Amino acid sequence: MNALLDALTLQAGYNAALVAVGAGLLGFAAGSSGTLLVLRKRALVSDAVAHATLPGVALAFMAMVALGGDGRSLPGLLLGSAVTAGIGLLLVEAITRRTRLPEDAAIGAVLGTFFGFGVVLLTVVQTMSAGRQAGLEGFLLGSTAGMLFEDAVVIAVGGALAVAATWVMRRPMTLVAFDSDYAASLGYDVRRIDLMMMGLVMAVTVIGLKLVGLVLIVALLIIPAVTARFWSDRSGHVIWIAGGLGGTAGYVGAAISASAPALPTGPVIVLVAAGLFAVSLLLAPVRGVLAAVLRRRRFALRVHRRQGLLAIAARHTIREPFTLRLLVREGLVRPDGVPTDAGRAQAARVVRDERRWDIAREIHQDAGLTGRYDGLTPIEQVFTPDEIAEFDRRLGPPVAVGAA
Amino acid sequence: MGAEFVQFSLTPILIGVLAAISCALPGNFLILRRQALVGDAISHVVLPGIVVAFLLTGVVATVPMLLGAGGAAVVAVILIEAVRRLGRIEPGAAMGVVFTTMFAGGVLLLEQSDTSRVHLDVEHALMGNLESLIWFRADGWGSLLDPVALADLPEELGRIAVVCLMMVVLTCVFWRWLKIATFDEGFARSLGIPAAAVGFGLVVAAAVAAVAAFDAVGSIIVIAMFICPPAAARLMTNRLGVQVAWSVVFATLSAVLGYVLAGYGPLWLGFGNAVSAAGMIATVSGVILGLACMFGPHRSRIGQPRGAGA
Repeated sequence: MNALLDALTLQAGYNAALVAVGAGLLGFAAGSSGTLLVLRKRALVSDAVAHATLPGVALAFMAMVALGGDGRSLPGLLLGSAVTAGIGLLLVEAITRRTRLPEDAAIGAVLGTFFGFGVVLLTVVQTMSAGRQAGLEGFLLGSTAGMLFEDAVVIAVGGALAVAATWVMRRPMTLVAFDSDYAASLGYDVRRIDLMMMGLVMAVTVIGLKLVGLVLIVALLIIPAVTARFWSDRSGHVIWIAGGLGGTAGYVGAAISASAPALPTGPVIVLVAAGLFAVSLLLAPVRGVLAAVLRRRRFALRVHRRQGLLAIAARHTIREPFTLRLLVREGLVRPDGVPTDAGRAQAARVVRDERRWDIAREIHQDAGLTGRYDGLTPIEQVFTPDEIAEFDRRLGPPVAVGAA
Repeated sequence: MGAEFVQFSLTPILIGVLAAISCALPGNFLILRRQALVGDAISHVVLPGIVVAFLLTGVVATVPMLLGAGGAAVVAVILIEAVRRLGRIEPGAAMGVVFTTMFAGGVLLLEQSDTSRVHLDVEHALMGNLESLIWFRADGWGSLLDPVALADLPEELGRIAVVCLMMVVLTCVFWRWLKIATFDEGFARSLGIPAAAVGFGLVVAAAVAAVAAFDAVGSIIVIAMFICPPAAARLMTNRLGVQVAWSVVFATLSAVLGYVLAGYGPLWLGFGNAVSAAGMIATVSGVILGLACMFGPHRSRIGQPRGAGA
């Protein structure tokens, strides 16, 4: 536990602190740019892009070794991965546009093929004399062991640039995500904006390769965005909430991973993000599961109460156990089923409400108002006192209800 | 093409071919139902399933692995549905949330547990290791008739053969149901076909195929086997039966060609070492799909001139 606290407060050593900050920035960038991707309903295109980075990493390594340099230079590897990721992205686009294969098939085909080719190249790299210590496998699931200061700077600067780009392009991209036809009619080039969005996703993917790995980076793009959606209905807010959630997941995940052995960074970050998602799914105020259950229960209570009171007014015996319990608890009915005075008073009110509604629906022409009759809404919430007085005039004098 | 071939190459090629066919058969229907990425999701969740099965039983054996991975696939499908409905999230994103989380859990479990005694490690789980499935006891074609040598065949071969046979039988038995439920679910229901159950069964069958192929090619290259051959076949014909036949041909071709290129290609080019066979199989299947995209007779959508954009 102490190790975890140390890591969370950046006390666990220079390298761990570097990784945690880098992961936080990356998480923020991934969360905010992933939001636009999820809104555009193209979340899994990023999976193809991520897997398509593998051949690029291997090719870049080979090229750098062939040119006599150090094959492990991170900017070089990332550049290579960006090239093949871009090719993969364009291929997904081309297959979807030019053939009759649907986008999901194109995604799967590009993902599998590029990854397979990348594995072939990795085996080639392993047989190169300089390749044995390359550690390119670390790009699969992320590895932070032996991360250099320069690497962390690359991640931090890249993450910050991606956040800035998201900020600059958020309006056209949100517009395209919600209504691409409208965007086109305003003169935006939808296809170019789509490509720009995917380019942004690609940049995040490439930056995240070293930390999270290409298999799981897609999680960092999707999960915070989906989680943030629970907390707000405004796209502008969702972007930054997703960024915050992604940043938290990255930072906390990297800290946990640094606090004990055999805790690979990428999976831990993803699991932290998934934990945040699960909490939001259950507890979010409006869209959460708990909120929905409570809402449903409140609705059931209102229906049972109303129907119970109407039954009292009609002098029916209440047999439905839940309704009976409810009314007994409120003191409207005695446990043997006989209504109390309070119960009869309430029943009279409800019946009057129903009668008023009957009149209102008979004489009132405004369907927008009478259409709000659902057997639950009190008429006072819809009509003015003057109008209700008019309904009462037509109703005639009061009658006793529910009396023995 | 002598003893060495039988010993080192025969079983990997057979396993590769059987794995490719096992995946391509359900893949045909997944693609037509626009569920290609279910293959993606399943192949990722196979890993946690296998790891949990290993942790519970302590052995790497066929039945627990199949049960574990099948169970994981079912759990994943239920979770995806739950996330989609409870959170009102679009299916792609729901899938992305579930399978990455399960995969991350699987990797973490694998790293945390002591699996050094058995060949279950993350790298093989991702990339597969087809080359290691050799037939030690063989000393020539004659070994095919030698019961002692036959008993020493890698157990993966038996596993994948059974699964492949199962896929063929299931495809034939449920052909009419699959066909109708795939193209017109409403019509299928009106005929009394349990369309939802057919869809669920297809996903479970795909999971079983993914597990069986997992040994040979790992959890990610499986995606290429699910998608590339059927997708290429889709561009060759408009008839389902013919498409399935094409997909089997493409799957076989990818496996054989991929293995041969990986094993002997580098030697022809003058390099000393073979490259990953599983990766090469995926690459070849992708190249076949690429060729089909460019030259397949039915590549464009109906109503569009060939090669025109959407």
